[in-house]
Amino acid sequence: MNTLYRKQFMTDDKKEQMWLCKKASVDMRKDIIEMTYSAEGTGAHAGGALSMVEIMAVLYLAVMKYDPNNPMWAQRDRLVLSKGHGCMALYAALKQIGVLTDLTTFKKNETQLYAHPSLNMEIGIECSSGSLGMGLSFGVGQALALKKKNNPAHVYVILGDGECDEGSVWESAMSASHFKLDNLTAVIDKNHLQYDGETDEILSLGSLEEKWKAFGWDVYKADGHSVEELFEVLSVGSSRPKAVIADTVKGKGVSFMENNPAWHNASLSAQNYEKAMREQEEAYNELLTS
Amino acid sequence: MNYSPANIKIWSRLGSCGAYGMAAMELPAVNDDIVVLTADLKFYSCLVRFSGKYPDKFYNLGIAEQNMVGVAAGMAKEGLVPFASTYATFASMRCADQVRVNMGYMNLNIKLVGLTAGYSVGILGPTHMSIEDIAVMRSIPNITILSPADCTETVKATEAAARMDGPVYLRLTGSLNNPIVYERDYDFEIGKAISLREGSDVAILATGTMVYQSLLAAKLLEEQGISVSVTDVHTIKPLDEEAVKNACETRLVVTAEEHSTLGGLGSAVAEVLSSLPDAPEQMMIGIRDRYPHAASYEFLLEQEGLTGRTIADKIYQKYQEI
Repeated sequence: MNTLYRKQFMTDDKKEQMWLCKKASVDMRKDIIEMTYSAEGTGAHAGGALSMVEIMAVLYLAVMKYDPNNPMWAQRDRLVLSKGHGCMALYAALKQIGVLTDLTTFKKNETQLYAHPSLNMEIGIECSSGSLGMGLSFGVGQALALKKKNNPAHVYVILGDGECDEGSVWESAMSASHFKLDNLTAVIDKNHLQYDGETDEILSLGSLEEKWKAFGWDVYKADGHSVEELFEVLSVGSSRPKAVIADTVKGKGVSFMENNPAWHNASLSAQNYEKAMREQEEAYNELLTS
Repeated sequence: MNYSPANIKIWSRLGSCGAYGMAAMELPAVNDDIVVLTADLKFYSCLVRFSGKYPDKFYNLGIAEQNMVGVAAGMAKEGLVPFASTYATFASMRCADQVRVNMGYMNLNIKLVGLTAGYSVGILGPTHMSIEDIAVMRSIPNITILSPADCTETVKATEAAARMDGPVYLRLTGSLNNPIVYERDYDFEIGKAISLREGSDVAILATGTMVYQSLLAAKLLEEQGISVSVTDVHTIKPLDEEAVKNACETRLVVTAEEHSTLGGLGSAVAEVLSSLPDAPEQMMIGIRDRYPHAASYEFLLEQEGLTGRTIADKIYQKYQEI
């Protein structure tokens, strides 16, 4: 492991690192619940943030070369959050590695922590997003530029499965394999839901795996809530652009949000906030005994 | 760039797309980080020579304009300076949201080149006419809009875009054998309109191909005893407000553009005039709010009253009324 990201862990032991990713995931879920609660009546996109917690934890803590003390380090691995509404998971991950310390400004007036990420390299936000279907093109451009500059950094783009409705995703998918971008990985947070309901019902995606393969990508599937599986597929080298289809549960970790499309964007009552936080304590206790 | 009389003639013959392609050849000398992108318009953008000489700086993204702008954004984020070309209608509207987020919101250093703006490929039908692109681009914050008057100015504007830091939309009007406005080298500064002809009765603020036509109109009107100034407004945004104020020294301010009269140069000038006390009347010469039948460039310009003669007639009539 590169020293720059090993500093995220005080240990070389793989098993312990995975445990720390799990621990971080619990903390991140707490932060997401806190942010959602603090957004009060305007609510927040909790479902799609909770589904990608493990993905972000594994990337920022265990996979990406990243110096939290210097988010502008030229050789950092880049992460583009194309499904911008999932930004609470990004902010929570940046807090885990110490780039962000205070998440209480989320969705407050004049905050840097918008409800969709806004390009801000000082706090590690690589790209503005919110309009779906654009992040992969951005990542392709970064990957091309990195190659041109002989920069060994890798680009990770996080997309939603619903987002794959956007035609521009497939334009960029085609270009990534055309330009043989082995320095690009797309992670698809396949949580099976979009705003209006189940992805299969709203606009069937068919087989995402076959689609990405047909577009010339190396495709891996993983349980999107298993840090071990994610770590394994994200660590495999590839000579082509790599797509990781992470099977996830929207709202994962909060019982009343799981698989509930209403939690795409909703507000949290005090009672539900308590319940959600209690569930995280339970998850943490479970982790301690594991 | 070498602004020799011979080059100026060659650029004019090649038209605005060709002039852009010729200018591109010189871009790596301006900045080694410049890369050139196109969406299956390598031949049309006259980038064949560029792609041959600089294969490692040339990217053809295929018929996928949205992706082209997104890729340009990622490149710009990494410090490259992408020039991306496609038809103006697609550059401004097919990928308007990508333009908005990447060039507007993120303010990334992308140079988007809109080919065949206006009516020059009108024979291909309204899908290829671009009469709304200024309106679209002008409403997006941060984007500088350049609209050169002839092929020499196309080269100048391309060079200036390369030298400035920030997103630019370069709007290219005209066709092959573009009339020459600038016969020799001159000073081009983004945001500073160029006075080409003095006049005390009427002031024409023109952009793109309408600069040459306005010069013809001014000559014809002079024969009728009306003294007309002509200013080349090569930068539509930021608009040279001083030039607009100077135009107010006359009795009639005319704007002339190969673009809809809704949202283009005419609107931009009207926005300035509306804030000035005692501003003279404004007359907008441009394209009516409609899609015409497919027809040749010359036919459409004539039909829309965008030739020297028709512009002179319109101004003459109006001038009699005020």
